[in-house]
Amino acid sequence: MSKVEFNKETGPREVFCGLTSIVWLHRRMPDAFFLVVGSRTCAHLIQSAAGVMIFAEPRFGTAILEEKDLAGLADAHEELDRVVNDLIARRPEIKTLFLVGSCPSEVIKLDLATVAEKLNKRFLGQVRFVNYSGSGIETTFTQGEDGALKALIPLMESSNEEKLLLVGTLANNVEDRFKKIFKNLGISNIESFPPRQSTELPKIGKNTKVLLTQPYLSDTVRDLKHRGCEIISAPFPIGIEGSTEWFLAAAKAFKINELKVHEITSPLIKRAKLALESHKEILKGKRLFLLPESQLEISLARFLHNECEMDLIEVGTPYLNKDLMKEEINLLPDNTKIVEGQHVEKQLDRVRESNPDLVVCGMGLANPLEAEGISTKWSIEMVFSPIHGIDQAADLAGLFSKPLRRNQILTTKTLVTH
Amino acid sequence: MELTLWTYEGPPHVGAMRIASSMEDIHYVLHAPQGDTYADLLFTMIERRGQRPPVTYTTFQARDLGGDTAELVKKNIKEAVERFKPKTLLVGESCTAELIQDQPGALAKGMGFDMPIVNLELPAYSKKENWGASETFYQLTRTLLKEKVSSSDKISPLRWKELGRRPKVNILGPSLLGFRCRDDVIEIQRILSEQGIDTNVVAPLGASPDDIERLIDAEINICLYQEIAEASCEWLKRNFGMEYTNTIPIGIKNTIEFINEVHEKLDLPLTNKEELENKSKLPWYSKSVDSNYLTGKRVFIFGDGTHAIAAAKIAKEELGFEVVGLGTYSREMARQVRATAKDLNVEALITNNYLEVEDAMKKAAPELVLGTQMERHSAKRLGIPCSVISTPMHVQDVPARYSPQMGWEGANVIFDDWVHPLMMGLEEHLIDMFKHDFEFVDGHQSHLGHTATKTEDFVNSENKENKNIKEGIIWTESGRSELTKVPFFVRGKVKTNTEKYAILRGISEISDETLYDAKAYFS
Repeated sequence: MSKVEFNKETGPREVFCGLTSIVWLHRRMPDAFFLVVGSRTCAHLIQSAAGVMIFAEPRFGTAILEEKDLAGLADAHEELDRVVNDLIARRPEIKTLFLVGSCPSEVIKLDLATVAEKLNKRFLGQVRFVNYSGSGIETTFTQGEDGALKALIPLMESSNEEKLLLVGTLANNVEDRFKKIFKNLGISNIESFPPRQSTELPKIGKNTKVLLTQPYLSDTVRDLKHRGCEIISAPFPIGIEGSTEWFLAAAKAFKINELKVHEITSPLIKRAKLALESHKEILKGKRLFLLPESQLEISLARFLHNECEMDLIEVGTPYLNKDLMKEEINLLPDNTKIVEGQHVEKQLDRVRESNPDLVVCGMGLANPLEAEGISTKWSIEMVFSPIHGIDQAADLAGLFSKPLRRNQILTTKTLVTH
Repeated sequence: MELTLWTYEGPPHVGAMRIASSMEDIHYVLHAPQGDTYADLLFTMIERRGQRPPVTYTTFQARDLGGDTAELVKKNIKEAVERFKPKTLLVGESCTAELIQDQPGALAKGMGFDMPIVNLELPAYSKKENWGASETFYQLTRTLLKEKVSSSDKISPLRWKELGRRPKVNILGPSLLGFRCRDDVIEIQRILSEQGIDTNVVAPLGASPDDIERLIDAEINICLYQEIAEASCEWLKRNFGMEYTNTIPIGIKNTIEFINEVHEKLDLPLTNKEELENKSKLPWYSKSVDSNYLTGKRVFIFGDGTHAIAAAKIAKEELGFEVVGLGTYSREMARQVRATAKDLNVEALITNNYLEVEDAMKKAAPELVLGTQMERHSAKRLGIPCSVISTPMHVQDVPARYSPQMGWEGANVIFDDWVHPLMMGLEEHLIDMFKHDFEFVDGHQSHLGHTATKTEDFVNSENKENKNIKEGIIWTESGRSELTKVPFFVRGKVKTNTEKYAILRGISEISDETLYDAKAYFS
């Protein structure tokens, strides 16, 4: 392991909660509905993050708790029953309904598992119900996906067939590219989790080799291990380096010759390096500060330093699973400062003191930092854009070079904001 | 429990954030878990604010719940006060913290600070954003002025005469995330100053706690947005005798009535009454011949109480539209909206469910929708032009240009914003004349990018939807053909009416003649 500096910080945070992951999960599984059991705040959060107005009727919603639901839990369960019945009558095409716990539902100890169990019996053969928590008191942003996937694992049938299982939501086009490359490598049995249809869950067992596509799936990994799956240890497929290592790790697990991997990836790498060049020109030597949010920060830092030659000031991460991140941390340059957790005020003090060229942060902080003359990139864009794989490396670099390029065009450094 | 896919208003603590962020020298400590910080982006992204909202989130986690969350609250309050040095501190909780009952306001008051502390109790499970904003502004005003209540005489609206100066008023209600507040304030101040009236304080937008303490230097209050300021205006009236205005100056008639009301309250003679009619271009633009085609345009209105009521009046009296639907999501203003709807012979729609609004819109078959950003999307799906008149805010509702809704310039903006989505007068004639030419695409609307509605699709889809009431009724070839000749935006209404008529008369086949019979019957 490289000599990385680990720090921990606690205090007020500026991050999304796990409910936000519904925004990409519902798109991944168009036959699923996500019903948050929560407050008006939860509903407002999701609509603010997701731009709900573009949908005629979104496939997610909130059962908003009212005063009378807090008075008696028995009544709350009945009320939830009623809401679910209405919803299924309205949306008969729904095959899986996720009951998503929130901060208030966790605090009042609303037992969504029991509710789901009862509903499963009633709607047997029509709709499946699973529950997980996306609450802010337990989960950060992308961790919501971890909860949703973990909740699906008990529904997955067992099979001892040998297969490669890609775990973590990917953009469909990226997933197709990966599958093609793996097929060229000679791995023919490849499945994805989550699947594109919630009812087409992959079968798993002791010959399932799991390759993670996202770094925020600790609980899912644990449960897959319990089901006998083998977890392939690899960095994440971000950038050329990460993706190549990722393919190599998979190939090794399937006893495919390393040379075969290089044969297939080298034209891709050559092409990607060429495309990366113009972005690297802008990013080279620029100083980067990453605030914690998406959990992708460590992989992004590794890519932006190793492949785009940026200097890392600080790499924030909402939480750190050293085991899962081992391969990533090994690739980081010596003396990288990783800060787990957040005290947003102290961290912003450090941002200002260190005078970075680019800060990766949440949407609440971006414009205020821009107004101080500090360039930013919103982290939420990383989870909505296809950024994985060798072919996407230049696009990923482009997300970071664009604000800097824009700054070169617009010369005024500080502006009066109204 | 209420199933919500989308909501017009956020929770009440977001209302409190609107007040805190609108003001200077205020800090709000919010007992809330991580995730609630999403609300910051409403200000930094939608309003493009260059400052973070002055809010500290205590960020309690599940593991804190077994321990001492109260200590966490105190630690955050202490740090926030040391770092931001506010002149007044707001302390409150979001929905989850309300359940764990740490009473952060009481904790703050026990910490020995000199500054005034406002303890905000905003019930998250029964109230919404505008109520939260109103309550926060009220509690803040009350906290900062209550000590002056007993020592002050009642404020006479005529006091300016005794003091030998121009009359002074406060403009209350404008806030961040309020619809065009930034520009309304400028417009109203300009109008008042033309009339020889000075603005004492604008609040909450741009005000500091010191400004709130100065509110009583004015003679009367202008209640610019009832949703936010009525409770505070009422308290100032009860305790200091300060009168406040009730007219919202949106539209020509209301602006003139507003100016009259201010003058009457201050006992200030109104010397330029005739001039007022000509301050805006709206009256002439509305009268000019090109606007003839606006007559009787069917308009559907939905928004917050203030803007929906004002829009109904302008639509009917100043543009000559026919209001075919009126509603609001502001339950607090349901009574006023119902009264306005009754005058217009329509039934008021009071709901927070946008799907209900979309259904009502469909049934009313309007030619123009005046609504929120959500109605803009619904109208787009239905192929109906729309103009946005109300919150909830969208980044498009914070235009770079000066663009008020109130006063003279507001009336100009309204004329342009409501009329441009429609076809221009001459253009409509031409389209009507040439609509049977083969080059003509049904639904074509010149410069507008609306979804064209294909006649056949429309007839068929409507048939499917209304199957239950139209059992046994058939449209004949001639009936269908005639129906396609009806302009698409009233086609739905004509179809429904004709079918209604057919049922009434026991007619089972609708021909072109039935359509004309029905037209005559309903006209």
